Amino acid sequence: MNKLTVVVAVLAAALPLLLSAAEPVADAAAGKQVFQLRCAPCHGAGRGGDPGREMLPGTDALRIKYKGALPALLEQRSDLPEPVLRVYLRHGSWSMPAFRKTELSDVDIANIAAYLALSARSSAH
Amino acid sequence: MTILPPGVSAGQFAKALAEFTAAVGKDWVLTDDEDLQAYRDHFSMLKGQPDELVCSAAVCPADVAQVQAIVRIANRYKTPLFAISTGKNFAYGGPAPNVRGSVTVDLKRMNRVLEIDEKRHFALVEPGVSYIDFYRHIQERNLKVWVDTADVGWGGLMGNALDRGIGYTLGPYRDHFSAHCGMEVVLPDGELMRTGMGALPGSHAWQEYRHGFGPDPAGLFAQGGFGIVVKMGFRLMPQPEHWRTGLITVPKRRDFIALVDTVNYLTDLFIIGEPLYGSPLRNLRSDAEFVKAAEAFDEAAMDRIAASHNLHSWQVELQFYGSEKTTLANWEWAKELMLRNIPGAQCFEGESLPVPVTAEQIERTTRPYPAPYASQMRRNIMHGVPKLYVWWMPSRTDEFPDSWNESHLGLFSVVARSGAAVLQAQQDFDRIARELGNKPANLSAISTPVNWYQSVFLLGNGAFGSNTRNDTSPEAKIAQVKLLREVLRRNAALGYGDYRAPPVLQDAVADQYSFNNFALRRFNERLKDAIDPNGIILPGRGGVWPRALRALRGALRK
Repeated sequence: MNKLTVVVAVLAAALPLLLSAAEPVADAAAGKQVFQLRCAPCHGAGRGGDPGREMLPGTDALRIKYKGALPALLEQRSDLPEPVLRVYLRHGSWSMPAFRKTELSDVDIANIAAYLALSARSSAH
Repeated sequence: MTILPPGVSAGQFAKALAEFTAAVGKDWVLTDDEDLQAYRDHFSMLKGQPDELVCSAAVCPADVAQVQAIVRIANRYKTPLFAISTGKNFAYGGPAPNVRGSVTVDLKRMNRVLEIDEKRHFALVEPGVSYIDFYRHIQERNLKVWVDTADVGWGGLMGNALDRGIGYTLGPYRDHFSAHCGMEVVLPDGELMRTGMGALPGSHAWQEYRHGFGPDPAGLFAQGGFGIVVKMGFRLMPQPEHWRTGLITVPKRRDFIALVDTVNYLTDLFIIGEPLYGSPLRNLRSDAEFVKAAEAFDEAAMDRIAASHNLHSWQVELQFYGSEKTTLANWEWAKELMLRNIPGAQCFEGESLPVPVTAEQIERTTRPYPAPYASQMRRNIMHGVPKLYVWWMPSRTDEFPDSWNESHLGLFSVVARSGAAVLQAQQDFDRIARELGNKPANLSAISTPVNWYQSVFLLGNGAFGSNTRNDTSPEAKIAQVKLLREVLRRNAALGYGDYRAPPVLQDAVADQYSFNNFALRRFNERLKDAIDPNGIILPGRGGVWPRALRALRGALRK
């Protein structure tokens, strides 16, 4: 188990507390816009396009990783509060490089987390 | 972990950071380990090693004046700077510097599209504008212009052009550096310079005439450390009314020579966009008799086996931009030329679509050609639509469910644009790989060149770039670095040079360009020493080292 996995596991265990702490200040509508621009090109719901693959690269990678235990689509994930998301985005994960503060600010990350929480709730209904 | 720039004491570096902070604000001088993670090359073959090329800090200016201030401070403290724009040059080093301990100047906050003219077909942009940003800007304004996009749309117009990136539409736009028109540069002493017509105050044609008058130094800023580019103009392709494709196949191995000649003719008359070469003989990769013949480059046997399977040896997909009538006329002419020049050639109708194509059309996965002829046409990038589709290549996939390519790397040699040159290069690269103990993963005899640059081919150097997908140990990665350097050395002995490389290989590539005792490199380094006496601007970039750091040439994992 590498360091990133340990950090994510610890953060996931504290999920209920983190969710309640992070949500009120974040702007889900702003988060949706940033998600569409910076995340959806790889983690969106579309097909894999020209190369003839069934899913976008990030979505496909998570499908293979979780084997149905978790949704492949980030917008259906309810376990990505800001602290967890921040670890992935600031450190990178597998073939996804880390994102710099000039690309995604800490506020952007909080807003994306708020959007994902909202979209996950919507998709669960 | 604190990393210092070479030759700079901790005390002096602290003073430099304080001055950087005064220049750009405390939020935009980054030194925390977490903040600096994203400035590493995610695919570095030295990742985690003591000599990994990482920065000591990142400074993120908001405007040109702040860039000038940063450069002046760096001069005072003799601190090497490395500039990035969108920082997505993955496969070629990502955002990592050439010199460990450099201060990275992150230009992403400068992200404005300053101007687009859809009648004169140009744009002027700041460094942080990505292809995705730019495309969105065009779409929101319903402008009828395209930018030729890189494979991965999160990259930026400026950074890609300055590393001589390439694209997929018409020839003049595919060479992204050559499609630039005018730049504004912060020089190593902090002074601001404009190239081309930008040097003439009040000029109305900065993005229309790149040369201006007298010597044009613009080329020094591509793959080079002579200044920090802060604005850059680009020629844009007007949106055509129609897009059409077609496929040509030719029966015999040696028909490739006439095929390339004919495509070159159409290309250089600006009749076609990027042609996509391939080999239908890929269908025989599990045929033992064919594999044996191909590995031996036994052309007579390959032709005989291909004929016995009713397969042609080569194919090329052509694409035409224009109106419905002109694209049809040009396709008809292309077919006429092919049938005249190559006995036995076959022509297949492709797609014929009004532009802009619909969402359904651009994402359609069915292809127009009869089996076994496959299409490699990627409609999105052929239409200037940036995507991240190709990111599946380094990623977890069904083919590789438990790994990712930790050494994702581009390695392409420049090969003369003739069929004979390609057939020779196939054998040369195959032989070199085998001499070095690497059996190529694909059949070299049916590898095909890419015609990204209009006037020349690039041919991949075997499968070296993915060798470490299954062995991710540090030892394997370092062995890979050394192997690749040897590949480059042996390639150069046969007249092949690479067009682009990550920092860890840039000295090895620069070593290939040695005419007259490295006259070109010595010229560049005389210039470098004259305009950057402290050697602070991107030292080592493109193999050009300033006097103060010249001892670092080739020193990394020697």
